[in-house]
Amino acid sequence: MTQDPNAEAQIEPTEVGANAAESGERQLDSDVSDAYGSHERGVDGLDFSSLADLGHTASELDPDAPAVLTVDNLKMYFPVKSSGLVRRTIGHVQAVDGISFEVPQGGSIGLVGESGCGKSTTGRLITRLYKPTGGSMMFEGHDLAKLSNREMKPLRRDVQMIFQDPYTSLNPRHTVGTIVGAPLEVHNIVPKNKVLPRVQELLEVVGLNPEHYNRYPNEFSGGQRQRIGIARALTLNPKMLVADEPVSALDVSIQAQVVNLLQDIQREFDVAFLFIAHDLAIVRHFCPEIAVMYLGKIVEIGDRETIYGRPHHPYTQALLSAVPDVKQAAIGGRRERIRLEGDVPSPINPPSGCRFRTRCQFAQEICAKVEPPLLQIGKRHKVACHFAGELGAHPATPVTTELLGVDDQGSTVPGATPTNTQLTIPGYEKTWYDLGTKQTTGV
Amino acid sequence: MTSVPMTQSSASERTSSEGPFLEVEDLTVTFPTEDGPVTAVSGLTYSVERGKTLGIVGESGSGKSVSSMAVMGLHDAKSAKISGSIRVGGTEVVGLGESRMRALRGNSMAMIFQDALAALHPFYKIGKQLEEAYLVHHSSASKRDARRKAIEMLDRVGIPQPDRRVDDYPHQFSGGMRQRAMIAMGLINDPSLLIADEPTTALDVTVQAQILDLLQDLQREFNSAVIIITHDLGVIAEMADDVLVMYAGRCVEYGTAKQILVAPEMPYTWGLLSSVPDVTASTDARLIPIPGNPPSLLRPPSGCSFHPRCLHSDKVRGDLCRTELPALLPASTGTAHLKRCHLADPVGVYQNEVLPEIAPDLVEETR
Repeated sequence: MTQDPNAEAQIEPTEVGANAAESGERQLDSDVSDAYGSHERGVDGLDFSSLADLGHTASELDPDAPAVLTVDNLKMYFPVKSSGLVRRTIGHVQAVDGISFEVPQGGSIGLVGESGCGKSTTGRLITRLYKPTGGSMMFEGHDLAKLSNREMKPLRRDVQMIFQDPYTSLNPRHTVGTIVGAPLEVHNIVPKNKVLPRVQELLEVVGLNPEHYNRYPNEFSGGQRQRIGIARALTLNPKMLVADEPVSALDVSIQAQVVNLLQDIQREFDVAFLFIAHDLAIVRHFCPEIAVMYLGKIVEIGDRETIYGRPHHPYTQALLSAVPDVKQAAIGGRRERIRLEGDVPSPINPPSGCRFRTRCQFAQEICAKVEPPLLQIGKRHKVACHFAGELGAHPATPVTTELLGVDDQGSTVPGATPTNTQLTIPGYEKTWYDLGTKQTTGV
Repeated sequence: MTSVPMTQSSASERTSSEGPFLEVEDLTVTFPTEDGPVTAVSGLTYSVERGKTLGIVGESGSGKSVSSMAVMGLHDAKSAKISGSIRVGGTEVVGLGESRMRALRGNSMAMIFQDALAALHPFYKIGKQLEEAYLVHHSSASKRDARRKAIEMLDRVGIPQPDRRVDDYPHQFSGGMRQRAMIAMGLINDPSLLIADEPTTALDVTVQAQILDLLQDLQREFNSAVIIITHDLGVIAEMADDVLVMYAGRCVEYGTAKQILVAPEMPYTWGLLSSVPDVTASTDARLIPIPGNPPSLLRPPSGCSFHPRCLHSDKVRGDLCRTELPALLPASTGTAHLKRCHLADPVGVYQNEVLPEIAPDLVEETR
């Protein structure tokens, strides 16, 4: 059994989160667990304003937080094998093709996009359920992409995952106590007799009755099961959680409970989140920073206000315009929306140049020839489009020509020197390329 | 059991002289189980006219699907006890024999299901399944006619190269295309009533928007009555004319989409609105969940079935919420807006307590 000798010293069984312990608030408010908690406790003595106070507003961005995870040019190609006796590799599914981003400490970044865009693959790469084809994932001085499975094991406790479907992600033959306590035994962190108190403490944290550790998953409702999944992910005090569609399998009224719980956990334990979801409204609420993916690439990344208020990529604009809006009821009828023609192309044979060009109304010759770089165009805003601009104000000529040393049709200009060589770094630079003046500007 | 007949509802706006195409009155569905009878739907009354859309919202287990399946006659007569009245185009459906039911089902009324992959047969080509749906109700039609009709319908729902794709199997279609194929199957006999049970829940937003567009276009073309069952209030806001909010098998609020989503008067509807974030809402808006879990229908709570989760029952004098089921009575916004709640001043509570938390930006507008 490989074991980190510091393990026991690091995590005391009764301590939930080092940061929380320091501030003297070791547990969530018991009101929180009660209010969201099990049905039998009811809501007696709880009025609307006190529950409202427990509900969270949208998470805020801490612009100075250091990065806990830096993903640089991450790639995942799955081989496609031919049929028959000799199964030769005949191609690759380019599920994730060169993405770069940073996850700030205690912050959260949202990944959105249509199914098949590679957002779940990204989550699985970061938890190292897949070994990436290329690129790096720097986490606390280790490159998760290069570690062997053996070297990975002590790091796994810092990066945990919450799964989408609480009905299939819990073993029906194990009790809740076994499920939540399993990580402690795998990593051999606490003596056997300390496992149960820790499990009960975790159940309390996620708003379940600690006495229920002996029950089986089928005795719980969907929302309660998701809480069990969250408790399991929290068992080892992770520094980062990958939440892959954590609420999409739940009923609407329960979704809000779980989102609020995740926000509580983030605030109490300072956990960073990679939040993967296709529900743009939930992502907007939970993540102050959002990356939009299309066919294995990040096409736009930025803070919430920019992505939802002034998106510059035609795909982001189309995606946002397609979301049905409750406020439309006051006006009646359907909202105007941008129609995307056709389906997402196959990631085995993606279009040349810009991958979105086959469905983009602004696409020109340059889009087929040159791939647009993920260019920083604002303090916290990057976009990968030759014709980046606000809705209704897309420029007529490509904005990227000078940077790339090409003409408006995308052919290389002889003698021109591309100005920017480092276009796809993770995180943000102090200076950026201003679309209006076509100059590099700063604060 | 309380129910209010829906006869007078906004009759003045209507241009067509004929009555509603679907009329459900005092519908109750009970399933006997080992633990005792489960009343999945009780005292449900609603109506849908041709060309109109009714949205039904509620949590799982609130009886949305059970009530629609009763309309389609999909409950096993041996195990489900159905009482009340369901009239489809003037024909009473409750108690109708299986052979006459079969003539109606798929012909003048059709249903679209949530999971297209499960609803299509994996062994048969898409075209064959569409042709079957057509031939069953057109006994005189030839196979060639049926195939032509199948291709025409696939084209109508926007499948590219329908003459080639008609010979594909369901697994060769993408998720959005399968949903379209199922809509094509539902509409192949030009039904006057279409029930869409969570038609877009499993789909991406862009595909969802395409499917909703398609449903609206087809509704306009065939002038059919549509029921959309969903829990996405955004879809309701953009698609539905009328909205029915269900909780624990009962209608708790009923009105036009604007009445329900802009001026709701029932705490459960408030809870639904406060527990979903909105893409355009202020970031100061709080996400306030409905505490607790949906009740068991085996032993429904006494009085108002929402009272164990209701945060406003303390504003009702005495123990009324616990002891007495509130009647479905007209709300303050008009006679067509019905709600089932004991609260004396729901508008005041909503404006002063709920709205400032869930939509601070809207409060300033209204003041």
